[in-house]
Amino acid sequence: MPFMPVKFNLQKRVKLAQGLWMLYWFSVIAGILIFSLGIFFKIELRKRSEMMDDNESHLVPNLLILAGMLACGFNAFGGKVCHDSLDPMKFSKWKPMLKTYLQLCCGFNILLVLVSLLCFLMQFSVYLTLAEGLSYAIRFYKDTDTPGRCFMKRTLDMTQIEFRCCGNNNFRDWFEVQWISNRYLDMSNDVVKDRVLSNVEGKYLMDSVPFSCCNPGSPRPCIQHHLTNNSAHYDYDHRTEELNIWTRGCREALFSYYSSLMSSIGVLVLFTIVLESVDMAGLKYLSTALETMSEPENPECESEGWLLEKGVKETFSDLLTKLKTLGRTNQVEGGDAPETPAAFASI
Amino acid sequence: MAVLRVKFTKTKRDKLAQVLWILNWISVVTGAILFSLGIFLKVELHKQREVMAERDIQYVPNMLIAVGLIACAINFLGGKICYDCVDTTKFLRWKLIMLPYIICTFFFTFCVLVGALMCYCMHGELEESLNLGLTEAMRFYKDTDTPGRCFLKRTVDMLQVQFQCCGNNGYKDWFQIQWISNRYLDMSQKQVVDRLRSNVDGKYLLDGVPFSCCNFNSPRPCIQQQITNNSAHFNYEHQTEELNLWMKGCQQALLEYYTNIMQSIGLTVLITWLFELSVLTGVRYLQTSLENVLRQEDPNSESDGWLLENSFMETARSNLNIIKSLGKGNQIDTAGNGDPNINVPSTSKAHYGPDNVPPKQITEAS
Repeated sequence: MPFMPVKFNLQKRVKLAQGLWMLYWFSVIAGILIFSLGIFFKIELRKRSEMMDDNESHLVPNLLILAGMLACGFNAFGGKVCHDSLDPMKFSKWKPMLKTYLQLCCGFNILLVLVSLLCFLMQFSVYLTLAEGLSYAIRFYKDTDTPGRCFMKRTLDMTQIEFRCCGNNNFRDWFEVQWISNRYLDMSNDVVKDRVLSNVEGKYLMDSVPFSCCNPGSPRPCIQHHLTNNSAHYDYDHRTEELNIWTRGCREALFSYYSSLMSSIGVLVLFTIVLESVDMAGLKYLSTALETMSEPENPECESEGWLLEKGVKETFSDLLTKLKTLGRTNQVEGGDAPETPAAFASI
Repeated sequence: MAVLRVKFTKTKRDKLAQVLWILNWISVVTGAILFSLGIFLKVELHKQREVMAERDIQYVPNMLIAVGLIACAINFLGGKICYDCVDTTKFLRWKLIMLPYIICTFFFTFCVLVGALMCYCMHGELEESLNLGLTEAMRFYKDTDTPGRCFLKRTVDMLQVQFQCCGNNGYKDWFQIQWISNRYLDMSQKQVVDRLRSNVDGKYLLDGVPFSCCNFNSPRPCIQQQITNNSAHFNYEHQTEELNLWMKGCQQALLEYYTNIMQSIGLTVLITWLFELSVLTGVRYLQTSLENVLRQEDPNSESDGWLLENSFMETARSNLNIIKSLGKGNQIDTAGNGDPNINVPSTSKAHYGPDNVPPKQITEAS
C-alpha cells in the first residue's frame, strides 16, 4: 500500500513538471544566495581577525560555501530532469540516475540541517574568541612599532568608531592598560615618573581613553582625559554623563553584529531545507507518476504517484534489514550475497 | 540621391527587426540604469545637504531621472514596433507613427547628450555651495542648544570621520572660530577670561581641533590641543607631523567624492547616448525599407533603406518650406474676397518685350 498516493492525468503531470521546474530554479537562486552569504561571512571574519586574535573558526562560512555550491549543482540537475520529464525519450536517459539522486539529496538535506545547527551554536565560540581577542587588542594598542602589530591601533580605532563602542566590556578597560607608548612619554618629567612608579608593573596608567571612544552626538566637545575627575572639567559629572563617550563595550557590539548575521543565515538555511524537501517530494511524485503509466505509448493515460512504495513503517523496517544484511555481507557467506541488490531495488 | 542607401532583402529586414527588438530591450535596461543613477545622485546630495548652501544643483539628478524614465518608455515602444515589423501586415498599424517616433527619439538623444554634459558642468556650483555651507556649519558647530542647529555638531563630526578631512580648507580653519560653547567654559577662571579678551570679537579661540579631525593611522595617540605648541608635547614638531590629523580639507574631500560620482555617471550617459543613436539609425533603416516594400507591393522583394531620401541640403530646404507654408496658411488671401473661384485679372500692365507687341494667338491645328 503506497504512502500518500495521488492520481495523475496528463494535465496534472504537465503542471507538476512545470511547477517543479520553476521551483528547482528558485532553489538554485537560494543556493547562490547561501554561497554568497558564506563568502560575505568569511570576509567579515577576515576583516576583524585581529580583534579575534587570528584564531577564529572558519568552519561555518566554509560549510556554507560548500552547501551553496552543492545546492546549485543538485537543483540545476533536478531542473534539467523536470524539463526533460515530459519527453519519454529524454526522460529514459535520466531514469536510472533518479534513485541515487534522491538519496544524495537526502544526504544533502542532512548536511543543511547540520549547517543550520552550527550557525546557531557557533555563536558561543565567536563570543569567547571576541572576548579574548579584544583584550589582547587593547593591550597591544600602543605597539605601533612592533612588526605584526603595527596596525592594531588603526584597526581598534576604526572598530570603535564603526561599531560605536569603547573598550572590551566598557570604557574602564582602557584605565587598566598603558595605551600610550613609552616613545611618546617624557621620562624626565616628574609627573610621568610618579605615575609609572605608582603601580607594580611600572605601567603608565591614567583615567583617559583614546579619541575613537568619543561620541559625536555629545553636545559638548569630547572629554577624553581625567574622565573620573569631576573638578578637572567645568560643569561635568562623570556618573551622570552618558553622551560623552560610547558606553557600550566592543565585545557586546561586535557579538550582536555577528550573532544577527549568523542567525539570519541559519534561518535562510532552514528555509532552504524546507524548499529542498518540497523539491524532493515533487520529484518523487513526478518520477513515480511517469513510471506507473498503464500505457507507456499513450501520453494521455492516467497514472498514480506516491512518496513511498510501501507504508512508512514497512519502509523503515526494510531499511533496517538492509543495513543488517550490509553488515553481514562482509562476512563470507556465499548463499546470501545475490539477495541484497534485489532488496535495494525495492525502494 | 539618398543618404547612405543600403539594399535589404527579406531575410535581412527580418534579421534587422529581430536585432533591433533585442537592442531596444537592452536600451530599456540602460534607461532604468540611468534612472537609478539619477536617484543615487539625488540621495547622495541629500545626505550632505546640511553642509551645502542653497544652490541650483538639484537640476542634474532631476534631469537624469527624467531622461531615464523617458528612455525606458521610448525604447519600450520601439521594441514593440520592431517586434511587429517582421510581419508586413502588422507594420501597417505602426506605419503612420514610425516617422514621428523617429523624429521624437532624435530630439530625445539631444536631451541625453545635454544630460551627459551637465554632469561635467556642475563642478563650479558645487564648489561654491560646499564652501559656503561648510563655513556656516563650522560656525554653528558649538550651537548644540539652538533649535534647528542641534545636530550640526554631530553632522560635522561624522563628516570629518567618514571623509577623513578636517575643516573647510585645512585644520587651521578651526583656530579661527569658537567651537567650544560658552556653556562649557568656566568664566571664573582667569585663563578663560584672558583668552576671551585677547581678540576683538570676544571669542574663545584656541589652537585646538575637535576629536573628529584625528587620524587613526597615526602611530601616536592623537594630539588635539595646543597643536602649534611644540613644547607642549614630547618629541613633537607640528611643521613636520603629517599623520596626527587629517590634512585634507572637507571641501576638497567632498568635491572629489562628488566629482568621481558625476564623472562615472557622465561616462555611462555618454555610452547610453551612443547606444541610443545606433538603435535609432537601425530603426530608421527598418522604417524606410519597409515603406519601400509597401510601395513595391511585393512583401518578399528587395528594397532600399536610407537615412534621408534626398541629400541633406534638399531635405533641410524642403522642411524649411513646409514650416514657412505652415506659417503662410494662416494669412487670408484678400484679392478675391477669399473666394478662390473668381478669376482676378492681372492689374499690372503686361510688358511684351522691346516692341511691346502682344503675341498672336496661334490657333491649334486639329
